[in-house]
Amino acid sequence: MTNTYRDSGRAGLVDEGEFVDILEERRRSSDLGHALRTFNPHPYQGASPCSAAELNKAVLESQYLRYVTKEIAMETGSSVEEVRKEACGILEEMSQNLQLGFIRLMGYTLTKVFKRLFTSIFVNMEGLNTLQQAIQETPVILMPNHRSYVDFLIVSYILFTYDIPVPVIAAGIPLAGMKMVGEILRRSGAFFIRRAIGSDKLYWAVLSEYVKAIVRRGYAPMEFYVEGLRSRTLKSLTPKLGMMHMVLEPYFKGEVFDITFVPISISYDRVLEESLLAHELLGVPKPKESTTGLLKASKVLQEDYGTMHVNFGRPLSVRQLCHGKINRCQYNLIPRDLPQKPTAEAQACVSWLAHLMVRIQEEGSLISPWSLMACLLLQAPITVLTEEGLLWQQLTEKTLWLRKLALDYGARLNWSGQAPDSDVMSSAVALHRSVVHRKAGRVYLVQEEEPARKRPISPEEGVTRTAAAVLMLASYRNQLLHVFVRPALLATAIHITKSTQRSELFTFFCFLQDLFSYEFIFIPDKLSQDFEEACLLLKKCGAVHISQQEVTLSDVGLEALSFLQALLQPFIDSYQMMFGYLSEEEVDVFTEKQFLPAVRNLATKLILSGELHTYEALSSDTQKNVLSALRRLEAVTKLRASEQNEYKVNKAAVRKIGDILSGKIPPQMLQTTPDARL
Amino acid sequence: MASNTSGGSSDRQRIAQQRLRIIAGHLQRPVDGDSAILAAECKAQGSKPDASREEKTVPRRRQEIMKWNGWGYSDSRFLFNKKGQAEFTGKRYRLSGMIIPGLKDWFEGTFGASLQHKTPATPLLNNSAVQPPTLNEAFVEELKSTGIPFSQDAEDRVFRAHGHCLHEIFALREGKFGRVPDMVVWPNCHNDVVKIVELASKHNVCLIPYGGGTSVSSALECPPEETRSIVSLDTSQMNRILWIDEKNLTAHMEAGIVGQDLERLLNESGYCTGHEPDSMEFSSLGGWVATRASGMKKNIYGNIEDLVVHIKMVTPQGVIEKSCQGPRMSTGPDIHHFIMGSEGTLGVVTEVTMKIRPMPEYQKYGSVVFPNFEQGVACLREVARQRCAPASIRLMDNEQFKFGHALKPQVSSIFTSFLDGLKKFYITKFKGFDPNRLCVATLLFEGDREKVLQHEKQVYDIAAKFGGLAAGEDNGQRGYMLTFVIAYLRDLGMDYYVIGESFETSVPWDRVLDICRNVKARIVRECKERGVQFPPLSTCRVTQTYDAGACVYFYFAFNYRGLSDPVHVYEQVEHAAREEILANGGSLSHHHGVGKLRKEWMRETVSNVGMGMLKSVKDYVDPSNIFGNRNLL
Repeated sequence: MTNTYRDSGRAGLVDEGEFVDILEERRRSSDLGHALRTFNPHPYQGASPCSAAELNKAVLESQYLRYVTKEIAMETGSSVEEVRKEACGILEEMSQNLQLGFIRLMGYTLTKVFKRLFTSIFVNMEGLNTLQQAIQETPVILMPNHRSYVDFLIVSYILFTYDIPVPVIAAGIPLAGMKMVGEILRRSGAFFIRRAIGSDKLYWAVLSEYVKAIVRRGYAPMEFYVEGLRSRTLKSLTPKLGMMHMVLEPYFKGEVFDITFVPISISYDRVLEESLLAHELLGVPKPKESTTGLLKASKVLQEDYGTMHVNFGRPLSVRQLCHGKINRCQYNLIPRDLPQKPTAEAQACVSWLAHLMVRIQEEGSLISPWSLMACLLLQAPITVLTEEGLLWQQLTEKTLWLRKLALDYGARLNWSGQAPDSDVMSSAVALHRSVVHRKAGRVYLVQEEEPARKRPISPEEGVTRTAAAVLMLASYRNQLLHVFVRPALLATAIHITKSTQRSELFTFFCFLQDLFSYEFIFIPDKLSQDFEEACLLLKKCGAVHISQQEVTLSDVGLEALSFLQALLQPFIDSYQMMFGYLSEEEVDVFTEKQFLPAVRNLATKLILSGELHTYEALSSDTQKNVLSALRRLEAVTKLRASEQNEYKVNKAAVRKIGDILSGKIPPQMLQTTPDARL
Repeated sequence: MASNTSGGSSDRQRIAQQRLRIIAGHLQRPVDGDSAILAAECKAQGSKPDASREEKTVPRRRQEIMKWNGWGYSDSRFLFNKKGQAEFTGKRYRLSGMIIPGLKDWFEGTFGASLQHKTPATPLLNNSAVQPPTLNEAFVEELKSTGIPFSQDAEDRVFRAHGHCLHEIFALREGKFGRVPDMVVWPNCHNDVVKIVELASKHNVCLIPYGGGTSVSSALECPPEETRSIVSLDTSQMNRILWIDEKNLTAHMEAGIVGQDLERLLNESGYCTGHEPDSMEFSSLGGWVATRASGMKKNIYGNIEDLVVHIKMVTPQGVIEKSCQGPRMSTGPDIHHFIMGSEGTLGVVTEVTMKIRPMPEYQKYGSVVFPNFEQGVACLREVARQRCAPASIRLMDNEQFKFGHALKPQVSSIFTSFLDGLKKFYITKFKGFDPNRLCVATLLFEGDREKVLQHEKQVYDIAAKFGGLAAGEDNGQRGYMLTFVIAYLRDLGMDYYVIGESFETSVPWDRVLDICRNVKARIVRECKERGVQFPPLSTCRVTQTYDAGACVYFYFAFNYRGLSDPVHVYEQVEHAAREEILANGGSLSHHHGVGKLRKEWMRETVSNVGMGMLKSVKDYVDPSNIFGNRNLL
C-alpha cells in the first residue's frame, strides 16, 4: 500500500552522483559572497506578496478568530476587547517576521559553523529540483525529522542557496526566549509555539488560524516537525497531530486546491548532542535553551562530526494521498470559519498521513556504517566491551555481514564504495572516539572521564557512566531500527511462542506491535501488511520457509534470526523489568516523578546484581514509553481528579501483559481503539 | 441587427427602435373590451392554421430548419474560410455574416489545434443505420383513430433521441445512433395529451416528453434497457398563448411554446415574461418547468418557480392542477414543486400560467473591468449584499475575457481600432492591470430610464470600490451575444479535434472563489493525467447572484488529438469536475437538472429519505413507469 508513495528501488549504497556536497562550494568561494548572493526565488503562483504584519492583521481579523474571541468573552465574562488584546499578545509572541537580510546573516553564520563542524553536507539535487517545481504549484509543507539543534535552519540555508523560497518554521517557544538569538530566528522565519497548549482555547485558535492563513495564502513554504520535537533517542517519535490537522484543514475545506508534503530525512554520522542526550535520558536535566548556554557549547564546535545528509523526499500531493480517505462534503453544512471538532474520518486520515510521513522520513534517511557497528556492539555482553574488549576482526566481519542484510532489507547505506571497507569502519570508530576506542585489535567502550573526584566512584555511579556510553551506542542503533523492526518483531514472536502457525504468530506480532507502539512507529491499521512484510523479509534472508498456514525455520538463517531477536531483547528486558516493578510494588498510585527514579534505582540494583542485562532500562525514554504503553493497554490509568498526574496501576493486568510477553500465556487480541492524539 | 461600426450610436438606434415597437404594441392591442382576455380553442387536426402559427419557430419536421447533428439553425454556423479567417454564416444574429479575425489565433493558441487537422462530421443522416421501430400495434391503431399526427420516420425519431450533451452530439457527428424512440407524436392541445397518456397507459407504452430538445443532462436519451415501444411526445405544436390577463398581469400558454416565440408574441402586446435562459431560442416553457429553469434576468423577474402561477400536467393518474390562481397558498407542500424539476418522469406539462410584466422602457448594457477575479467576485458579493443587482450581472474570468476578445468582429474603422488600442493602453499600462489576470463583468440594466441611470451609478460606484473600471456598453453587449453563439462555436471546435462543454452549479458566497479555482485546477490536472496532449481550456464565470450565494458556470474544452477515446476521457474529466464541485460545497445543478448524467449523485444530494419521498411520488403518480425516461431517480 504505502509503496506507491515511497521511493522503492532506492535502496542500496548511496550513489555518489545523487548527493552533492554543498560545503564544497562554500570552501572554495567567499562566505560573504554567498550571504549576499542575488536571491531570486519563484514563489507559489497564487500568492500575492504579503508582509508579516499584513499576515498578522489578516489572522486577527479572521472570521474564525472573531468568533472564538466572542465565545471566550462570553464564557469568561471578560470583554471582547480584552480577549482580543490577549489574542494580539499571543500572536505577537508567536509570529515570525521573515526578512531577507536576516536570512543572509543566518546564511553567513551557518556557513562558518557548518564548515567547522562537518566535513560535508550532502543534499540530493533531484529532490531540490522537484521541490522547486512543487513550490510554484501549490503550498508546500516541509517535514524534516529533528535529531539535532543544528538542523533547525539547515533547510532554510539550503533553500536560500538554491534560490527556493525560504520557509517559515514552527519552533518551540524556549527558543524565542533566548536573547538575540530568539529574535534572529524569528526574523529568519521561525514562529514559536508553546508546549502543552492543552485546553487553552484562545491560544489554540490563534495558532491554528495563523498556520492556516500561511498555508492558504501560500505565504511561504511551511516547515514543521511532524514528530513534534527533537528525538532524544534518534528514534522516530509518535507523530503529533495538532499541526498536521492545521495544515491539512485548508485542503479539507477546499480553501486550496492541493498541498504538497515534502518529507525530509536528515541523517548524521555523529550528532552534536550525543553525550548531552544520553545524560538527559539518565535523568540529568536538559540545560535550558539560553544564549549563554549556546556560547558555552561552543567547545563542541572544536570537534569533527563527519557528514550530514539532507535527503529531500519526493513531493507528495495531499490531494492524491487523501483520495478516498476524506469526504470533503462533510464541511458543507457549517460555515467553514466556525470551529468544528474534526470528525473521526478526518482524525483517522490525519493520523494516517502523519505516520506515513514518519515512515517516509525513515526510509529516506541514510544509515551510516557506525550505526551497523553500534548495533553489533550492543549485542556483545557488557563486560566484553568494558573489560576484555571486542575483537576488531570479529566486529568487522559481523559488520560486513550486517551490511549485506541491511541492503537486502532495502536500507540506504552511506558506505563509501571508493575506500576499502576496513578504512570505512576504522574511520567510523575514529569519528566516534567519544564512545569507543580501539587498542591492540580490540574495541572498548569509552568510560566517560569524570572531573577529578575526592572519593572513589561508587558502583552505582559506575553503572551510570557505563550507561551513558551504552545509551549513545543505542541511539546510533536506533537510527537503523526501522530497517529491521518488522522482521525483528516476527523473529521475536517465533522465539517466544515457539509456534509455526501463521495465525498464532500474527496474533503475537500484533501484540508486540501494540506493546511497543511508542518505541517503533507503525502506520495505524496496517497490521497485516506489516506482518506480510516481516514474513517476506525473513524469507528473503533465508531464515524461514513460508506457506499458507505455516512459518517454519530453515537451517541456514539462524544467524539472521538471532541477530534480529537480539535487536529487540533490550526492549523486552527493560519492559519486563518495569512490569515486575509495577506488579510487585506496594503502592498502586504514583506520579511520573516518583516512577522514574524508583525504576532507575531498581534497574541499577538489578544490573549490579547481574539480573538485568541491559542498561537501556535506565533510559527515561524507555520508562516513559512503558507507562504510555500500559495506559494504552489500560493496565495503568491516569487519575482524572489528580493535579500531579497521578497514575493508578492494575497489577493483575500488568502481570498478565508480562506473562504474555514471556510466552507463559497466549495473547488475546488486546483490543485497543486507535487513539487520536491531538 | 445594427452594424458594429460605431457601437454607441447603433445601440441608441436599437433602443429607439425597441421603444417604438413597444408603443406600437400598445397601439395594436385588440379592442374587444378592456379585459383583453384572449381565448383559443384546441384546433382539430387539419383545420386551417391561424395566422400566428406561421411565425412560429418550430415546425413538426425540425430538420427543415435545424441541424440534425449540431446546435441551432442549419443556416448559422462558424467556419474558417479559405483565407483561414473565421466567419459566422446566416443572417439571424448580430455576428452573422461577419469576419472574426482574432478567432483563429485564439483557437490555435488556446488548444494547440490546427486548421490542417480536420474532423468533419458525417454529412447526411443515414436512415439505414437507425434501428427499425418497435411498434405497439394496438397503441398505433387507437392513436390513428384519434387523428393526432405521428411519425415513424427515422429522421424524426433520431432528432428526438438526444439533447446536446457532448457525447450525444459526438455520436451523431460520427453517424452513430443508439436506442431511439420508436415513433413521434405531435399533440396539438391539452386534450390530445390526455388521450395519448391514456392510450399509453392502456397499452403499456413508454412516453418521453420532448420540448425544445436543448437538454444537457442526457434526459432525452432512451434508456437502452427499455423493451417497450418508446413514443416521443413532442409538444412543439402546442405553442399558443391562450390568454393574457392584463388585470392580474398573467398569461396562459400551452407548454410547447419556445422562449423566443413567447417573448415575441407577448412583446407584440407590450409584455414580456422576462424569463430568458441562454437556450431561449429553442427551449420550451414545459421544459423550463420540468427542469426548474433559470433565466438571465432572474434578478428582476425571478426564476421559473417564481414566475409560474398555475401548472396543468397530465399524468397516468389523471390531470394535476390547482383550483385557483392565488399568488401564494398555505395548502401543504406546494404541489407545483413535485412538478417543477420532475424532468418528465411524472407526466407532461401541458399548460402554464405565468406572470408577465410590461416591457421595460429602457435597457442598457454595461461592463466593468477588474484587476483580478477575486476583486470581481468581491464586487458581485457586495452588489448582492446591497440587493442592487441589475437585471443581469455576470463575471467572466480572465480566460473568458480573452475568449470574448477573440470573438470581436472585424473593425472597419481605423478610429475604432485606435480607440480600442487606447482603452487597452489605459487599462493595462496606465491603471496597471495585468492582462493575464484582469477579468470583466457584464451588466444589463432594465426599467424606466431614470431609475436605470440611477441604478447604474450605484453599481458602478460599488465596482469602483473594488478597483473596477467601467469598460463600456459595447463590451457588455458582446458578452451577452456570446451566450447565444457559444453553442455554435462548439460545433466549430468539433470540426478541428476540439471537444468541450459547459456545466453549472450554485454555491454559497464564501465558497465561490474556492470552487472556481479548485474545479478549474481539477480539470487541468485530470486532463493531464488522462493523457490529453494539450492544456485544456478551463474557465468559469459567475452568472447569477443570490442573497446567499451565486451560480457558477464552467467551460471546459480540449484538443483530443492523440486520444483513442476522447469522449470517454471527456466524461471522466467532467465526472471528476462534478465530484470536485460537490466536495467544495457546490450543488449538483443550479438549473440544468439531473437527467441521467448526474443521477448517481442524487441520493447524497437529497438524502435517503428525500430519495424515498421522490420515489413514492413517482410510484403513486406513475406506477407502471409510463413516463419511463429514467431521469432523476
